[in-house]
Amino acid sequence: MANIPTQVRKSLERHGLSDEQLRTIFRTMLLQRQLDNRGFQLNRQGKVPFALGSEGHEALQAGAAMAFNRGKDILAPYYRDLGLSIGIGLTPYEIMLSIFARAADHNGGRQFPNHYSSKRAGLMSFSSILAAHIPHAVGAAYALKYRKEAGRAVLVTFGDGTTSEGEWHESMNFAAVHKLPIVFLCENNQWAISTPLSLQMGQPNIYKRAEGYGMPGEQFDGFDPLATYDACSRAMERARNGGGPTLLEGVCYRFLAHSTDDNDLTYRTREDVSERRKDDPVPRFENLLVESGIMTGEQVAAMKQDVLHETNEATDKAEAMPFPTADDLYKHVYEGAWEPWQ
Amino acid sequence: MAVATSSSQVLNNVEAVRATLYEALKNDDKVVILGEDVGSRGNVFLITKDFVKEFGTERIIDTPIAEASIVGIAVGMAMEGLRPIAEIQFADFIYPSFNQIVGEAAKTRYRSNGEYTCPMVIRTPYGGGVRGALSHSVSVEALFYHVPGLKIVVPSFPADVKGLLNAAIDDPDPVLFLEHKKTYRLIKGEVPDGHYVIPIGKADVKKEGSQLSVVSYGLYVHWALEAANQLENEGMSVEVIDLRSVRPMDRTAILQSVRKTRKLLIIHEDNKFGGIGAEISAMVAEEALFDLDAPIRRLAAPDVPAMGYAMPLEEAYMSSPAKMADAMREMVKF
Ligand SMILES: Cc1ncc(C[n+]2csc(CCOP(=O)(O)OP(=O)(O)O)c2C)c(N)n1
Ligand SMILES: [Mg+2]
Repeated sequence: MANIPTQVRKSLERHGLSDEQLRTIFRTMLLQRQLDNRGFQLNRQGKVPFALGSEGHEALQAGAAMAFNRGKDILAPYYRDLGLSIGIGLTPYEIMLSIFARAADHNGGRQFPNHYSSKRAGLMSFSSILAAHIPHAVGAAYALKYRKEAGRAVLVTFGDGTTSEGEWHESMNFAAVHKLPIVFLCENNQWAISTPLSLQMGQPNIYKRAEGYGMPGEQFDGFDPLATYDACSRAMERARNGGGPTLLEGVCYRFLAHSTDDNDLTYRTREDVSERRKDDPVPRFENLLVESGIMTGEQVAAMKQDVLHETNEATDKAEAMPFPTADDLYKHVYEGAWEPWQ
Repeated sequence: MAVATSSSQVLNNVEAVRATLYEALKNDDKVVILGEDVGSRGNVFLITKDFVKEFGTERIIDTPIAEASIVGIAVGMAMEGLRPIAEIQFADFIYPSFNQIVGEAAKTRYRSNGEYTCPMVIRTPYGGGVRGALSHSVSVEALFYHVPGLKIVVPSFPADVKGLLNAAIDDPDPVLFLEHKKTYRLIKGEVPDGHYVIPIGKADVKKEGSQLSVVSYGLYVHWALEAANQLENEGMSVEVIDLRSVRPMDRTAILQSVRKTRKLLIIHEDNKFGGIGAEISAMVAEEALFDLDAPIRRLAAPDVPAMGYAMPLEEAYMSSPAKMADAMREMVKF
């Protein structure tokens, strides 16, 4: 197993982050979990047909989001990246529009939840086809380099299972050849639906593959938002300044089933999960902030209340919005009006 | 016989592609070309010869041998504001990029509700009759024309090549641009100077006639014209329509012609089952069945995986002006 031992930090290593930034990271983590759980709840209530969870990825995503320069960098995420997406500026309302598949959703209700796209946030459109977005991220990085836009970089994310795809390899290779401003961030949660890492690859340390491509590779504890921020900000900074690509591997764990359509007890036990839950990154970071005096217990409780309130508001507001209509089916096939073949 | 005038030049299809790409690179620095051996080698047919000297390696990109990412990287470039022209060295090697073309490029605009778009061109040489053997001869249009969101252009006259390639490069959506490699040096024609555009999705009547409509595209348009001219000498009048684009397809031009001649023969190099001719036949049957005086007929390749390298295998697979003339005669006389 590609586990780096998750050591609970006793002391706070800030990596230059202010108190406010630390609280922002924590709030993003709380909001991610709340929105994430809301999707599952709505599914159980029969209000939405499908939801994807990201529990266990909160630290990794909030830490990475903090390393992203809003208005400058580009994010090419995958469907697990709820926290990363809110961390770079998507609103809970936008998340709920996606979950409810309403007309006002960025994708007009065409895609599964968690498949965001937002020019405003610098978040590239992507599909459910694993690894297909990785060459797109490389193409965007090429465009940045071609236009000599120093100070900008692309962050592309993917799961551990996705590193088996050919497009993953092709993208790493091309980015290395052209020293592109891009960071490849693997969210290694040990599972690809039901397939464990050991059946996905013969050598379990994904970051080590970087050497074969000619780029730096680094592994970090993905349950630790600060270790994540540290690795991501160094790699993004290198990319922004012409230092080329980096492969990062954050080791985390998928606490929930793959999606609401998956029963993970068919391939792992409750104990497997509860064992890893002991390291749950959300309470772990909460304790660290409280013990370091960055937040008081009351402040944490107030923040949780606030996040719940924001989630409830976003839920109600999005649910009240209209669905797309049948006419919308014919829009955006090509630019302009499309006269479909009859 | 094509002659150059003060405002035109005689070019073959390779020269027409090359001249058009050159102009595009000159006029818009968002245009980049990426593909295998497009740089110092100048593409295997020398279409991009010396471009790298003038435009540099940043714009004329020799890629690793990795077709999925040649297209995929172009998709990302297009989403991020460039105007990439991706080249697949031979259409036979396009399969690794099927995912990127069908699953990604064709759906970028749609899946993001118009927020992101994918203005890019994928050029590739296709087609047989050049002793290209099993894996350098295929026609791929039918594999892709099923897909809304994608445009597919198959011009075969130099002037059409230029006008349609300009249209493809200007187009706000992804265009698959298929170049029949046997026409590359074989077919010469007058090409107007300056920038002009032929709209994608418009067919062209290459020869007017009254007794039979022949719909074709690619190399076979030239052979169909040869056959139709032969029949003209025999006193039969055949109309030849060059589709030029297979998606969108010009149903108006097809129906107009069929309603006039009352007979339809579709000719293509690709095999029959599920081919372009199947869609045209179905459309005409739905729209104009009672205007027809004869059953629709399709002349297409046999239903086998590919043409072979050995001459008899290639010849048996390919049609010919003589075989086309036979089919036309039968249809006119029906
Ligand atoms: C090309 C492709 N193959 C298969 C699938 C089905 N699928 C969806 S998610 C998934 C597992 C992905 O695992 P991983 O990359 O580790 O990401 P995780 O879901 O664990 O975050 C699979 C096989 C798909 N969406 N796309
Ligand atoms: Mg995984």
